[in-house]
Amino acid sequence: MQNLYTFLKYGFICIWSMFVVAPFLWALSTSFKDFQSVTSGATYIPWLQFEPTLEGWRVLWRTPANGGVDIVEPYFNSIIVTCSASLISILLGTLAAYALSRFTFKAGFIKNNDITFFFISQRIMPPVVLSIPFFIMLGYLGLLDSLVGLIMVYIVLLMPIAVWIMVDFFNKVPREIDETALIDGCNPYQAFLKVVLPNSIPGMIVAGMFCLIFGWTDFFFAFILTFTEVQLLPVRIVALNSSITPWWSLSASALISVAPLIVVAFIVERFLSKGNLSGALK
Amino acid sequence: MNFRHKHIFLLPGLLVLIGILIFPILFTIRLSLSSWDSFYPGLDFIGVENYVRLFTEDQRFWESFFRLSFLSLTTVFLQYVLGFSLALMVWRDLAFKRFFRVLFLIPMMTTPVIMTVIWKTVFHESLGPVNDFLSLFEITPLWLSDETLAKATVIIVETWQWTPFMFLLLLAGLLSLPEEAFLAASIDGAGPVRKFIYVTFPLMAPISIGAIIIRLIEASKIMDTIYVLTSGGPGTATETSSFYIFIKGLREFQMGYSAALSFTYLVIMIVSLTLIAKVLVRVMIKQD
Repeated sequence: MQNLYTFLKYGFICIWSMFVVAPFLWALSTSFKDFQSVTSGATYIPWLQFEPTLEGWRVLWRTPANGGVDIVEPYFNSIIVTCSASLISILLGTLAAYALSRFTFKAGFIKNNDITFFFISQRIMPPVVLSIPFFIMLGYLGLLDSLVGLIMVYIVLLMPIAVWIMVDFFNKVPREIDETALIDGCNPYQAFLKVVLPNSIPGMIVAGMFCLIFGWTDFFFAFILTFTEVQLLPVRIVALNSSITPWWSLSASALISVAPLIVVAFIVERFLSKGNLSGALK
Repeated sequence: MNFRHKHIFLLPGLLVLIGILIFPILFTIRLSLSSWDSFYPGLDFIGVENYVRLFTEDQRFWESFFRLSFLSLTTVFLQYVLGFSLALMVWRDLAFKRFFRVLFLIPMMTTPVIMTVIWKTVFHESLGPVNDFLSLFEITPLWLSDETLAKATVIIVETWQWTPFMFLLLLAGLLSLPEEAFLAASIDGAGPVRKFIYVTFPLMAPISIGAIIIRLIEASKIMDTIYVLTSGGPGTATETSSFYIFIKGLREFQMGYSAALSFTYLVIMIVSLTLIAKVLVRVMIKQD
């Protein structure tokens, strides 16, 4: 009975691992192919089944004028937009979450829970609903096709995540910590800066990870709200998916786009195994 | 605890969010009462005509909504079952468990739209590895141009992408469970199955509900995957509400009508998610 269970467990884990890894391996193999080896049917092993070439990778650094794809600039755009929007969201989200967790607000029938729900409920909004008014608003402000416009929009996407994670986190940080600081003669701002904030760094890191993930992986707003000046990585890569798709450069750029967040996976796992995540996520 | 400067903490975030969102929300409502389209781009006032059309004539919107319900409920159910099983397996004794935890998290770190382009090559009918493998058994299914299989493909890709998120939430929950409950169960001589039914599952119920609701919210926005994989096709076989609104608004430029669709959709979503949350609480927590 115990052996059968162990057997099934490892079997399931093996199958799932293969399922997880399969598209990456396929993309890795495809990125070394050329037109000839892609169109002659599915092949997997370089040298044995097809002659590998670095063309798919080289093309990514060339400018479009030289027949390249140039993902360097979109890469930096993506980094700028994701990081600044995440930073602002974490900052404002942490402050708001602290207020919602520690103080009572009351304005008519609106209470703390309603304000928290308002923050989080922004995630329910499908991107399509907001895309048209955002398009018109940013056009009016002259921010279409600009980094600032995108950062504004991404704050709406990311702040709910930050508030959601941080409210739960602060609810688990014992109130005695701030009360002791207040008794020791700090004013509330000092108490927050010197005592609460240092204690909430794990929560902020977790919230930051999630903001980075959801910011980096968003496609639709960047797709609708930018044209030529500012392109984000996903938009540039998906534009390759036209009638004659260059599978090789597509695969290479996909792997490059995935790479930075693999690091995030390791960090999240560290927090998970040390038990810090359970307080921050629930 | 209370002090008079409490608003200084709350207001910056709240005002920024409201400041960015107030115009889009009001504008959507106003737009839904106009007939703005590519022939007449302007904010006239036609009352609730768009809403009448939506509720009386537009079969396609409701079909796309039921398709969305089907797709998101199936994928979230699959993700919950798979994610819970995986979380239980890497929870305690397992060789290389930290390696597997990282590995199982990776798909959610990838950009859905980019991975979907890769999946599209994987499921390519003549050049993809899936049909290359299946051709050993003399079958070559048309993954993306058959109505049923296109839905199945979307479900497979969504499950790959988002099971890790469910896995993460549930594993974080499992790791925070108190050890005492399991010790007590062991002393009472409960086997692994009984332990799961009487200890683990009830303790995990609140976390499960939270995770399912979060995933349902995210799954209902499914758009990127469908845009790249099938573009709603073949026919309208994989067209979801978001994608239908996208077609009406940004392909056919019926802005006024698509705003009415958006607003109706939003109201339905908020009501149904609240209902689902209530039902889940009742089913999963009431047991004892």
